[in-house]
Amino acid sequence: MSAQHVEDRGLLRFLTCGSVDDGKSTLIGRLLFDTKAILADTLTAIERTSSKRGMTAVDLSLLTDGLQAEREQGITIDVAYRYFSTGTRKYIIADAPGHEQYTRNMVTAASTANLAIILIDARKGVLTQTRRHSYLTKLVGIPHVVVAVNKMDLVDYDQATYDRIVAEYKAFADQIGLTDVRFIPLSALNGDMIVDRGERLGWYDGPTMIDILEAAPAAHTEQAESFRFPVQYVCRPQASDNPELHDYRGFMGRVESGEIKVGDSVTVLPNGLTTKVKDIQLYGESLPKAIHEQSVTLLLEDEIDISRGDMIVSSEEVPAQTKQAEAIVCWLSETPLSPARTYWLRHTTREVKAKVASITHRLDINTLEKEATTTLAMNDIARLTLKLAQPIFADNYTDSRATGAFILIDESTNNTVGAGMITSLNA
Amino acid sequence: MSTLTKQTLSHLDWLESEAIHIMREVAGQCSNPVLLFSGGKDSICMLRLAEKAFRPGKFPFPLMHIDTGHNYKEVVAFRDKRAAELGERLIVRSVEDSMKRGTVVLKNENESRNKHQSVTLLEAIEEFGFDACIGGARRDEEKARAKERIMSFRDEFGQWDPKNQRPELWNLYNARSHKGENIRAFPISNWTEMDVWQYIEREKLELPSIYFAHTRPVVMRSGAIVPVNVPLMNGELTNLPKAGEEIIDLQVRFRTVGDISCTAPVESDADNVEKIVLETATTTITERGATRLDDQTSEASMEQRKKEGYF
Repeated sequence: MSAQHVEDRGLLRFLTCGSVDDGKSTLIGRLLFDTKAILADTLTAIERTSSKRGMTAVDLSLLTDGLQAEREQGITIDVAYRYFSTGTRKYIIADAPGHEQYTRNMVTAASTANLAIILIDARKGVLTQTRRHSYLTKLVGIPHVVVAVNKMDLVDYDQATYDRIVAEYKAFADQIGLTDVRFIPLSALNGDMIVDRGERLGWYDGPTMIDILEAAPAAHTEQAESFRFPVQYVCRPQASDNPELHDYRGFMGRVESGEIKVGDSVTVLPNGLTTKVKDIQLYGESLPKAIHEQSVTLLLEDEIDISRGDMIVSSEEVPAQTKQAEAIVCWLSETPLSPARTYWLRHTTREVKAKVASITHRLDINTLEKEATTTLAMNDIARLTLKLAQPIFADNYTDSRATGAFILIDESTNNTVGAGMITSLNA
Repeated sequence: MSTLTKQTLSHLDWLESEAIHIMREVAGQCSNPVLLFSGGKDSICMLRLAEKAFRPGKFPFPLMHIDTGHNYKEVVAFRDKRAAELGERLIVRSVEDSMKRGTVVLKNENESRNKHQSVTLLEAIEEFGFDACIGGARRDEEKARAKERIMSFRDEFGQWDPKNQRPELWNLYNARSHKGENIRAFPISNWTEMDVWQYIEREKLELPSIYFAHTRPVVMRSGAIVPVNVPLMNGELTNLPKAGEEIIDLQVRFRTVGDISCTAPVESDADNVEKIVLETATTTITERGATRLDDQTSEASMEQRKKEGYF
């Protein structure tokens, strides 16, 4: 069963979010267990721990406990990444804890995910935390949402209970503008509708969780996107023994959005010069084109001075160059935001100094109410305007995730203190 | 959910592309990085990724190996051969030199030198002023690694504080550090053991012979297969059997390779990469569970060693 011989449906990154006791760890444990990503010795270790804690059945949630500190406290305190494969597709799970104080962890986990599983306890229905997770999912732009109504075993697999929760969630999803939402009833504990259908949810005729994951589009968006290529590194092997390489200038980076073909017209930012793509290379091979998320080296027709932090873009769709941007920012640091201070803003491969010009409002993510504020504490989410020392070449986050996102870095500690999504470039 | 499908990369191409991106970020953001290369399978993948990231140029970093002096000679020979083929600079720093300096003191002659690599690594970081070490660790290897960042921050004592790590969002990596601090960068964080073997198969990467099934003298010690009478580079034998142990000749291969004192092989007749991929798909024991004698000491032992500066 070498993977080359079966269809490769690529890789899907997804996020699981839920409240403290709605069985998120059990769901992940179940996915890993039923796809046989858990091996015998790991299972023996959790069997030991389960019996040490006085449990009679194996506690699959123990599979996802990571660090000693949290094992002792019995809670999850950070984002953990888990892996499994079905043979046709590889999965990366970002496991974010559900506690109120950990908005930053969820935003972190969501930033790389293309699908979110939102867990609801069938006994409790849509809770404040469900709303918060859904809103953050929308905010961070995860295109696909699966609402998993879990613990169906504790409501006797009752269809009416499920239907009621679905209706309530749908109303809320419409309100915040979540469009691609699917629903599924589950019992993670018993494994019903995860990989196997089980026998107790006969009234549900939709796909199982694993079928939904297998069928979900791996691309972040199905829309055509503009070509964006932030330059990471310039290859100039002049000193090489090979004289053919003396004039070699390769611009190394990853296609962050769109795609590029040999012969396409491109514009280089910030200087604005236009040229054509002469060659697309990867390890000595010439490629006819490069697609989204592909790391390559571009060679251009004309000799243009380009360095790290510059961006090569489609000449037909040039992004805005701006020294001011309006953004939604999630504050990640224990040290509050200070409008008096200067931060480093890292956007693609470019790093510029930034200051907060004004905070429009802070958002209460439970009620979605807007509040006036002059600072931000950890886990706060706010709309604000930034002034930049040099221009960045950016798109709105909703148009392009990679060129609409940035992080803020504390100049003195070098810590990553804020995560931002650009909402408007003409602020 | 629409069933439209835009063209996307295969899972191996995606992982490769991500790793290349991370290596280029280290090269772009750090002034003096180094790539740790042991001759093991993960670091062999790392070299191919570095070639894909930087050729036709030279690597923007040297290679470095922290040698415990108790490494399999096949692996040490492979390490030197591969570095020479690539024409890249290889730095070797040895735990034995740290022992001579008195910075590493073994409890007894037979104590595993594996955990003492941390001391020698920190000494080398200081000697060369490295601000980033690129390593082949993966999150699926062990529980404590599941939350590890791709760019992991270490203080001036080389310590990893799991509670004081930088949030990592999108693919915006923050590799900034002050003098004396450093970043450990893990480009293949998101790879599993299976991905590594599939990549080795696809890229036709050469490996040290001990990764393939071979017959060697072993003893069974508390359930693990322990290789004995292993010849070192200088011809000396190490891992001598204890009194009363029965030596048997067994067909084995190594799934991970490290210090001789703490890596055990598994019984296997997989003598080529294709068979190993198949075996990896059907195994019931984790990579470290079967083979790393040092990780089993306590459930949290990897976390403890990482806090002390281990990779």
